[in-house]
Amino acid sequence: MVRRSVYPYWFLLPAAVVYGVLFLAPTFASFWFSLTRWTLFESHFVGLDNFVTFFREPALVKGFVNTLIYGVVTSGAKVVLGLLLAVVLTSRIVARGYLRSVVFFPVLVSTIGVGLTFTVLMNPERGLINQVLGAAGVDGPGWLTDPSWALLSVAAVDVWKGVGLATLIYIAGIVSIPQEYFEAARVDGAGAWANFRHLILPLARPATVTVIILSLIGGLRSFDLIWAMTRGGPGFTSDVIASVIYKQYQAGFYGLSTAGNVVLFVVVTAIVLPLSRFLNRKEVEA
Amino acid sequence: MKKSAFSGIIAIMASSVIFLVPFAFILLTASKDQRQAARLDFSWPTEFHFVDNLIAVLKADDYLLIIAYINSIILTVGSVSIMVVLAAMVAFVLQRRAGRWNGLINFLVLSGLIIPPAVVPTIWVLDGLGLFRTMAGLIAVEVAFGLSFCVLLFRAFVATVPRELDEAAILDGAGPARLFFRVILPLLRPVVITAVVVQSVTVFNDFVNPLYFLPGSDNATVQLTVYNFAGQFGTQYHLLFMDILLVTIPPLIMFLFFNGRIVAGMTAGAIKG
Repeated sequence: MVRRSVYPYWFLLPAAVVYGVLFLAPTFASFWFSLTRWTLFESHFVGLDNFVTFFREPALVKGFVNTLIYGVVTSGAKVVLGLLLAVVLTSRIVARGYLRSVVFFPVLVSTIGVGLTFTVLMNPERGLINQVLGAAGVDGPGWLTDPSWALLSVAAVDVWKGVGLATLIYIAGIVSIPQEYFEAARVDGAGAWANFRHLILPLARPATVTVIILSLIGGLRSFDLIWAMTRGGPGFTSDVIASVIYKQYQAGFYGLSTAGNVVLFVVVTAIVLPLSRFLNRKEVEA
Repeated sequence: MKKSAFSGIIAIMASSVIFLVPFAFILLTASKDQRQAARLDFSWPTEFHFVDNLIAVLKADDYLLIIAYINSIILTVGSVSIMVVLAAMVAFVLQRRAGRWNGLINFLVLSGLIIPPAVVPTIWVLDGLGLFRTMAGLIAVEVAFGLSFCVLLFRAFVATVPRELDEAAILDGAGPARLFFRVILPLLRPVVITAVVVQSVTVFNDFVNPLYFLPGSDNATVQLTVYNFAGQFGTQYHLLFMDILLVTIPPLIMFLFFNGRIVAGMTAGAIKG
């Protein structure tokens, strides 16, 4: 009786109202409105028309495929580079604190600012990157103007900006490995590579799971960096679902835009939920 | 030992080039005059126009940037303070009370981290409430989207506050509200600071939600000014980069003062997610 009044459920109420009205309700409403032609004031039920359009229109299919590429590439690169940087930054190295700060700081900077800065640095003729490559005798491509490079260039900037967080998570994971293991390994005559392969890699597994899941969620939903750098261009070669949603919204196709939202919802949950279940289960078995 | 010092120097140089050159570029371009900035190269300014550029960018469009700064500050302070208090209340009850709702609530909290918000339906709801294109509406949206992270961050910490304190406060005649705001919340201070710092940076840097839910240049937040400047001042790179510089400074200040807190919050939140 006492307990009931000490931890009252009405404490949940304000958060539940805001969350329910502005997050849950729109999410549920999106399933209905994705099946309609919609002007915000009126909606006409059109069945699966929007989804058919979504998977027939080449521009929109491209966005769907690009979303998957972008998510996988950024997530994979963050795992590899984050782990490497974390190994370096947990070893005995001078200026460790400085290096950790330098790697992490871009995480906190405005995505739009980073995107516009790299757009200039990636300018095909005058940008710093191609100037440096040119000085080394390499003819750099038009990073953001060449259709075959645009999406990957944006993904590279995403990795530049986000790898600091992955590194941080890995550092936390590596630091939590008991020192005795490393001492035992040294007694057994293990070198740096054996240490990495048989100690750090398996024992930092929870960190790997976190980095993969987190960067997949971020990568699949990514919008602002792509919008700042290419607006989905050239043409629609670097469009992703999130930028399609915005473009259709701007064009007034609210039903189609919302169908895009539902597709994104399905993509994210269909990838992230089974993957996190799979990765976490293997961890228990190991 | 010698080898590690050598590889250390390599690491310092490599990381400085990769991670610091873009910032140096922002700073240098923001100091150039219009003609030199338009060359887009990485070079030392022939003349320093830092102060001129600063004044010019602040004056542009009838002091739009200053208004945008005020908007961003209102947005950040408003949404972060509301979301932190609401999330702490949820985390407190959720951790202390093992009810049959907990499973559902945990599920909803995790959903908030994973599910991409449905944009147009959110606009539709806001419009129905008369909150579309208003600062209050945008603040509410930021609160809704930021709650999950804060709840997860707080819940782990509430577990470390001994229940005996609750009982002592109740014996002293405190009600639930008093217990929470006078006893528990002050004890959560370290994690509250973490949440405030991390979410302030997130909301201040947010571009997508202001773009959708608070359009129009009168209401622009600083992120939108950067984006709009890029279109509008297509050739005035010195002003664009001065704006980027100004937008980078608040996170930099947060970073310099709260580095440890940010790191703690990001990894704690991350490992839960």
